[in-house]
Amino acid sequence: MLDLHGYGPSIFSGAIVTIEVALLSIIIAFILGLLGAVAKQSGGTISRSIATAYTTIIRGVPDLVLMMLIFFGGQIAFNNFTEWLYYASDEKIDIFININEFVAGVLTIGFIFGAYMTETFRGAFLAVDQGQIEAGKAYGMTNLQVFKRIMFPQMMRHALPGLGNNWQVLLKTTALVSVIGLADMVRLATEAAKSTGEPFLFFIPVAAVYLGLTACSEWGFAVLKKRYNVGTVEA
Amino acid sequence: MDALLALIDTNKIFNLTTLGHYWDGFVMTIQLVASSLLIGLIISVPLAVMRTSKNPFINYPVWFFTYVFRGTPLLIQLYMIYYGVTLIDGIQESVFWVIFERAYYPCLIAFTLNTAAYTTEIFRGAIEATPKGEIEAAKAYGMSWLKRMTRIVLPSAFRRAIPAYSNEVIFMLHASAIASTVTIIDLTGAARDIYARYYAPFESFLFVAAIYLSITFTIIFIFKQLEKRLLAHLQPR
Repeated sequence: MLDLHGYGPSIFSGAIVTIEVALLSIIIAFILGLLGAVAKQSGGTISRSIATAYTTIIRGVPDLVLMMLIFFGGQIAFNNFTEWLYYASDEKIDIFININEFVAGVLTIGFIFGAYMTETFRGAFLAVDQGQIEAGKAYGMTNLQVFKRIMFPQMMRHALPGLGNNWQVLLKTTALVSVIGLADMVRLATEAAKSTGEPFLFFIPVAAVYLGLTACSEWGFAVLKKRYNVGTVEA
Repeated sequence: MDALLALIDTNKIFNLTTLGHYWDGFVMTIQLVASSLLIGLIISVPLAVMRTSKNPFINYPVWFFTYVFRGTPLLIQLYMIYYGVTLIDGIQESVFWVIFERAYYPCLIAFTLNTAAYTTEIFRGAIEATPKGEIEAAKAYGMSWLKRMTRIVLPSAFRRAIPAYSNEVIFMLHASAIASTVTIIDLTGAARDIYARYYAPFESFLFVAAIYLSITFTIIFIFKQLEKRLLAHLQPR
């Protein structure tokens, strides 16, 4: 049996942290991606240029640099903002939020992949037949109803392959949170490797967990694909 | 303009020493990315040809290599090579220590293997997309397997692979930022140093972000030009 010198449970808890970071940030990315795609599609000039700047800048800068900017700079910026709020509100509003490694990691990864999701969703929205949207409007549906009932379910079918790719990349990007100090799987394995002097003993199981998560998500996306492809014939 | 000059005069962070530090980091990033991409590209061509082979003994080992390297984070691969090599018993007394003393070579090896895995899969897709008629025509001309590969399949596969490969180049540039986690002073490493020295996160990290952004745009521009020349037959008229 694999002898992890008693580091087994802590690395297992690290794996849980990795999965938590990945799931929370994909939710943020999903929402930002939908907002960005809607802004690019139908918004006015201002919202469209904001969305374009967002996707261009985020996709042009390394994730690690953004993560450090938000982790090291985010607290300062936030404190300045709350200080301004404190004096602007006659010393009534006094809030303090600690931007720790977990929050910074989740926010950054969600923010970065929101940009990739925007592009995925934009392409998927374009693939929905314009006539169906017009038909929805002709039935007297509101914009929100058209979105919820017609656009979204059909868009998801076209977005799934891109969504799957983004998720796989995101899962691997979560390893970067170990650099800003969050005790995820990678960080705990690194500490264990340094103190025992047996790097392969710890890194190979961690790599295997990533491979396992990748394989599980491939299966999960196959199930989702089946669900959203109901009623369509494979070419 | 005067405001800009005043800004340069009043700031304490961007002086000659720190700009020199950034420049060294820039050179390191470019050197690391360019050499790993070049070596990875050279390795990936035979691997891609092997990957398209029908023989499972040739195909599967390459599949395993690309699956593992594409399925695990580059950070893990880097740590495994960096710590794995430096913690081997007796390596610090051996002749190899001259090479592995600096973090540069473990880092180069990790980056090269990673980009080779991705590039192999890109080329595999491009090779498999070769129109059947072209191969049949080559066979009808009596070309051997090697001649078919070098004259027909690979040249057109390289062209088809350009758009996907440009993404890989940008991905590698961004991934290279993690070199700073194993003591290498690349662009990100320089920014971390300057942040630690002046406690100025915005100035130090926003500045490198802008540099990375301009390198990304340059790469996109170069590949657009390349596509215009080499994929001219696919351009909409």
